[in-house]
Amino acid sequence: MREILQILESDARATPARIAAITGLSEDEVARQIALWEDSGVIRRYKTVVDWERYGEDVVEAYIDVSVTPERGAGFDDIAARIYRYPEVRSVALVSGGHDLRVIVRGADIKEIARFVAEKLATLERVTSTNTHFLLKRYKEDGDVFGDADPDHRLMVAP
Amino acid sequence: MKPLNQAVCETPPSGIRRFFDVASQMPDAISLGVGEPDFVTPWRIREAAIHAIERGYTTYTSNAGLLELREAIAAHLESRYGVVYDPATEILITVGVSEGLDLALRALLNPGDEVLHFQPGYVSYLPGIRFAGGVPVAVQTTAEDGFRIRPEALSAAISPRTKAILLAYPNNPTGATLSRDEVVAVARFAVEHDLYLISDEIYSRLTYGCEHTCAASVPGARDRTVVLNGFSKAYAMTGWRVGYVCAPPSIAECILKLHQYTMLCAPHMAQKAAVEALRHGENDVRQMVAEYDRRRRFFVRGLNAIGLECHEPRGAFYAFPSVRATGLTSEEFATRLLHEERVAVVPGNAFGQTGEGHIRCSYATSMAMLEQALERMARFVQSLTKTARPAGEERSLVARA
Repeated sequence: MREILQILESDARATPARIAAITGLSEDEVARQIALWEDSGVIRRYKTVVDWERYGEDVVEAYIDVSVTPERGAGFDDIAARIYRYPEVRSVALVSGGHDLRVIVRGADIKEIARFVAEKLATLERVTSTNTHFLLKRYKEDGDVFGDADPDHRLMVAP
Repeated sequence: MKPLNQAVCETPPSGIRRFFDVASQMPDAISLGVGEPDFVTPWRIREAAIHAIERGYTTYTSNAGLLELREAIAAHLESRYGVVYDPATEILITVGVSEGLDLALRALLNPGDEVLHFQPGYVSYLPGIRFAGGVPVAVQTTAEDGFRIRPEALSAAISPRTKAILLAYPNNPTGATLSRDEVVAVARFAVEHDLYLISDEIYSRLTYGCEHTCAASVPGARDRTVVLNGFSKAYAMTGWRVGYVCAPPSIAECILKLHQYTMLCAPHMAQKAAVEALRHGENDVRQMVAEYDRRRRFFVRGLNAIGLECHEPRGAFYAFPSVRATGLTSEEFATRLLHEERVAVVPGNAFGQTGEGHIRCSYATSMAMLEQALERMARFVQSLTKTARPAGEERSLVARA
C-alpha cells in the first residue's frame, strides 16, 4: 500500500490502471485506497512542478529568517499560523539555529516582497527581527533539478 | 597471407551487434535493447572518482587491485552471503566481469576441455570458452520449465572431458534466478564429477522477492568455485570497468598471473569509486532495485496482457517473452517490430537455440518509455493476428515478412 504513495509522489498522473499493474492490486482496490487517503488527508493534493523561468516568467522568491518571542502556552504555533495564512507565503517552518522561523515568500517583484516584509511580517507583535534572502537562481527544488537533463549516453542495443 | 586465428575466424559476430547496426539507424526508436542500467552512476560515487583524480590517484595499482577495495569486497561478501575470502590471497580486481570470465576460463582450461554452459545465456560465454581453447557444451533450459537447471540435463551433457560448469544467475537474457536448493544441487553435481564452477553473479543485487545465493556459499563448492562479480549492474557503473574474481588461493594465483602479464590492473580512479560504492552506495542500490521492480511488474503484466506470454523474471532487468503465438521467428518479430513500430528488442536466438521464439526486452528504461513501448507492441501484435492465416499457412505469412 505504501508503494502507491511512493508512485504518486513521483508522478501524480499515474493512473490506477498503471499503479495496479505495478503493485499487483486490482484497479478498484487502488482507486478505493487513493480515495480513502484523499479523504483522510494523507494525500493532500496533486500538483505540477513548473519551471516558470523556462516558461518565460520571472518569479521572485525570498527566504526570510524570522526571530520571534515565543508566547507562553502557545509556543510558536500561534505566530506561525498568523504568518502562513498569507497566500504569498509558500512555506513556514520552525528551525533550530540563530533564528526561529524560516519563511518562503513568493511575489511578482522585489518591491512586493519588500512591502510584505515591512508592512506585514516585521510589524507582527513578537516578531523581533527579519532577515531576507532573495533567491537568485534555482538549481534544485524538492528533488527536481531545474535546467537541462543529462542526455542518455547508452547505445541503442547492448549486450 | 597466412590465415588468422581459427577459433576467432570461425566464431560469428555477436547477434546483438548485428541488431545494433540496424537499430542505431533509427534514432526515433524506443530501445528495449540496452543491457545496462538507465541510471547514471550515483553522484557520491562519481564525486569520489573526481576527488581521486584531483588527488592524483592516476597510477597503476598493485596487480591484485587496491587492498582497501579487496577488503571492502571481502566484508561485503561475508555480510551478504556468509562466504569468507581472504582479501590478500583470494580476491583480484579485474577490468569488469568480462576480463574475470576470460581469465577464469584461461586459467582452468586445457585445449579440448569441455565447459557446460546454459542457454539461453549471455552472448560472450560460448566464444569465451572457445577462445580459451575449450569446447563449449550448451545445456538447454526452456521457458516451459521456468528456465530451471535439470540434473538430468547436466548428466546428459557430461563427458570424460568435462572440466567446468559456467553458471550465470540471475540470468541475462531470461531474468531467471536459482533457489538455494538449485545451487546446492549444481554444486553437488560438480563435486560428484570433480568439476570446477565458474559463477558469473554480476546481477546478484538485482533480485525481486527472492535472495541471491552465492555459488561459493553452498556446501562443498568454495574450493572448486570461481566467483565473478562487479559493480556495473548494481551501482550503474558499466562504463567504469571494475569487476572482481574470488577463488581459492591456488586458482586465484593462476588467474593473477594471467592478469599481471596482460591487463596489469583495473583503472585506479575507478577502483577508488568502487570503494565508495561498497561503503556508502547501499541506499542508492536499494532505490534503483525498487524502481526496477516497479517497472518489472508493470512491464511483465503488460506483455502477458497483449498476448506475449512471459514467465516471471525474478532477477536482472530483462523480460524474455515468447513470440511463438505470433507465428514469427525471433528475428522476424524483432526486425518487423523495429521497422513497423520503432521498438528495438533483441531476438532471443542471439542467446542460443532455446532462445528462439523469444525476444529479450530490457526494462532498464523509464516507465513512460515502457508504457509507450507496450502500446506499440500491442498494436504490432494485433496487426499480426488480423492478417494471420490458418495455422497451415503460417509459414507463408512469415516468408512475406
